[in-house]
Amino acid sequence: MSGMTTRHGPAKGIGRWLFSTNHKDIGTMYLVFSLVMFFVGGAMAMVIRSELAIPGLQFVHPEFYNSMTTMHALIMIFGGVMPAFVGLANWMIPLMIGAPDMALPRMNNWSFWILPVAFGILLSTLLMPGGAPAGGWTMYPPLVLQTGDAFPYLIFSIHLMGISSIMGAINVIVTIINMRAPDMTLLKMPMFVWTWLITAYLLIAVMPVLAGAVTMLLTDQFFGTSFFLAAGGGDPVMFQHIFWFFGHPEVYIMILPAFGVVSEIIPTFSRKKLFGHDSMVYAAASIAFLSFIVWAHHMFTVGMPLSGQLFFMFATMLIAVPTGVKVFNWVATMWRGAMTFETPMLFSLAFVFLFTIGGFSGLMLAAAPADIQYHDTYFVVAHFHYVLVPGSIFAIMAAVYYWLPKWTGHMYNETLGKTHFWASTIFVNLTFFPMHFLGLAGMPRRIPDYSTQFTDFNTVASIGAIGFGLSQLIFVLVIVTAWKGSKATDRVWEGSHGLEWTVPSPAPYHTFETPPKARIANEAFE
Amino acid sequence: MIRKSFLSLLAFCFAGTASAEWALNMPKGITDLSVETYNIHMMVFWWCVAIGIVVFGVMIVSLFRHRKSQGVKPATFSHSTSAEVIWTIIPVVILMLIAIPVAETMIKLEDSRDPDISIVVTAYQWKWHYKYQDEGIDFYSSLARPSLEARRKESGIDPNTVDNYLRDVDRPVVVPRDAKVRLLLTSNDVVHSWYVPELAIKKDTIPGIVNEAWFKAKEVGTYRGQCAELCGKDHGYMPIVVEVVEPDAYRAWVDARKESAPKVASNQ
Repeated sequence: MSGMTTRHGPAKGIGRWLFSTNHKDIGTMYLVFSLVMFFVGGAMAMVIRSELAIPGLQFVHPEFYNSMTTMHALIMIFGGVMPAFVGLANWMIPLMIGAPDMALPRMNNWSFWILPVAFGILLSTLLMPGGAPAGGWTMYPPLVLQTGDAFPYLIFSIHLMGISSIMGAINVIVTIINMRAPDMTLLKMPMFVWTWLITAYLLIAVMPVLAGAVTMLLTDQFFGTSFFLAAGGGDPVMFQHIFWFFGHPEVYIMILPAFGVVSEIIPTFSRKKLFGHDSMVYAAASIAFLSFIVWAHHMFTVGMPLSGQLFFMFATMLIAVPTGVKVFNWVATMWRGAMTFETPMLFSLAFVFLFTIGGFSGLMLAAAPADIQYHDTYFVVAHFHYVLVPGSIFAIMAAVYYWLPKWTGHMYNETLGKTHFWASTIFVNLTFFPMHFLGLAGMPRRIPDYSTQFTDFNTVASIGAIGFGLSQLIFVLVIVTAWKGSKATDRVWEGSHGLEWTVPSPAPYHTFETPPKARIANEAFE
Repeated sequence: MIRKSFLSLLAFCFAGTASAEWALNMPKGITDLSVETYNIHMMVFWWCVAIGIVVFGVMIVSLFRHRKSQGVKPATFSHSTSAEVIWTIIPVVILMLIAIPVAETMIKLEDSRDPDISIVVTAYQWKWHYKYQDEGIDFYSSLARPSLEARRKESGIDPNTVDNYLRDVDRPVVVPRDAKVRLLLTSNDVVHSWYVPELAIKKDTIPGIVNEAWFKAKEVGTYRGQCAELCGKDHGYMPIVVEVVEPDAYRAWVDARKESAPKVASNQ
């Protein structure tokens, strides 16, 4: 009843966060949660790389090592990358389309608050008899059924993460379809909004598939079914098919919003419109479609019929075409622009370079006979870390630097930002590039100790990893000092364009309570 | 000039990679198909290098020339249908050039007909079992003793002092040179994967399923690999050693094994 404050400002105390229905507060919580998980998963990566620095077992036992690789993947994928993009979606989609909030604000609160519970459950398995899950994040049966007391907790936490993702995705779709500013037709939407719309459909399509697969694991373990148990007439390979039917779209769920972020940032700092906006939309949609028909390229060694292998190989190679279009369009956006190199631009440029390198190794992996050599070796580890770390995570960092002044109302420390960028870029390559060589030489993934001919590159990778981990402390420093910088203008960047730059910095608690005039939206788009 | 020296540098990096330390490239291997696999790998790699030079080249030129500090005015173009059609079609053509030879090799990989020797490979947590179908020989093959002792945490043994640390077994698989060997692979518990880089074979062993793979080794020698699919705590300790010997030596080995093999083992 205190009038203006309750209607227009945030609630006081913890209640502001617990019961929040505000897209900005929920976005902030998602981003902070993701950062915490990034460090938790990163700490596990440090354990892995410390153990692998030299041959022999120095720090951990093999079973705990397997728990570390398993948990590192689950936490980084479901707790780090995905919530970070949902956080960005929460903050930015309403601002970019001129909507007052997300369409389903109470569900939005739920989507977020399920996550800390899910990860609390997952992390608690570290203390359980039999240890945390150690069968790999892919949870292949029958191995995953050998998990100790942690098993049902693993399944339940994955169910919760799936529910959270599906609710978040529904919210994004409903918001984008129904709440755009007048005159913002679908093809006028900013690329970040577009890529998120496509991502949200992917999430709704595949998260239930994952839920189904892990539920079948649960019933195989506790209720006497044999979906995946050969002894009861089941098929262990069927799980792999179902899992990768989820798993491959999942990797695009983690990269499409990154494409969107980079497609916002490169035009801003090139002072030039995004090249081929519509073809970027079609390319993203093609990638999303193809992601449903390539899953078995993760399974070239399981003994598929030749016709199946050929189909999945050709379909996989096709993905290079729309992905190539995106890269070419980014380069064409820079071409004859007037570029400056603030931190968000630096991260985006590194994204284009290094994601493309991950794309090249992806093309190599698509060639099935060569894949048989690469499969389950460090070559694959190098490939997916290139597309995920200097890919997705660099895009997330670029987005944070790009929009941080809009969130806080102050410019971050550019010197610190650039230091963070250069340290991250150097160390990320030092960590993951040598892994290509290890894989080609035949070092398998997920082993706690290795034959001595693999020592040199492993030592290099471990040094790189420790460096990369420490570099991220600079990122935290940038964020905690973000409120000390000079006052940000509404537009923040000279070349910025789009509705989010028409509201004040920091963005007020409520924005676009009345939809922006079509003219303003149009100008912002131009 | 710069491009040429860059290429020769790369070629140098990827040529002499026989030595184990700092090895950069995939081994060519000792079968016709392993060489074909290597050639496919290099073909796709060089395509990637070529595309990379063009794309990164344009980007780098742009990064230096089209910057605000050079006083340039940004252009205003934002699309070009002809450019977009071109850079959609060119990748499609390149992919077709890649796909055709690759498909030919894949057809050969699947042709396991008319083998000279068939070996049933059964994976266990955490060792391999080999059964020579026509000879009545079978045995388990697990991590060799010196590695087994050194691998323990705080074993006090420096792995560098152990020969073929984690890549040595008590009983290797022995096969004759120039014979077509068919492997029939399955598992007794969880999914494993039989992986020997020099033979270009990696095939999952799956409970309830029998997979096939084949090779014809051209060179005598000892070739090492290990389990490639996560199979539990000792996944890293399941090496594979294949000894390729002359046909005479193989016969002698078979006869010696038959002599020494206890009768009960043939029930396995």
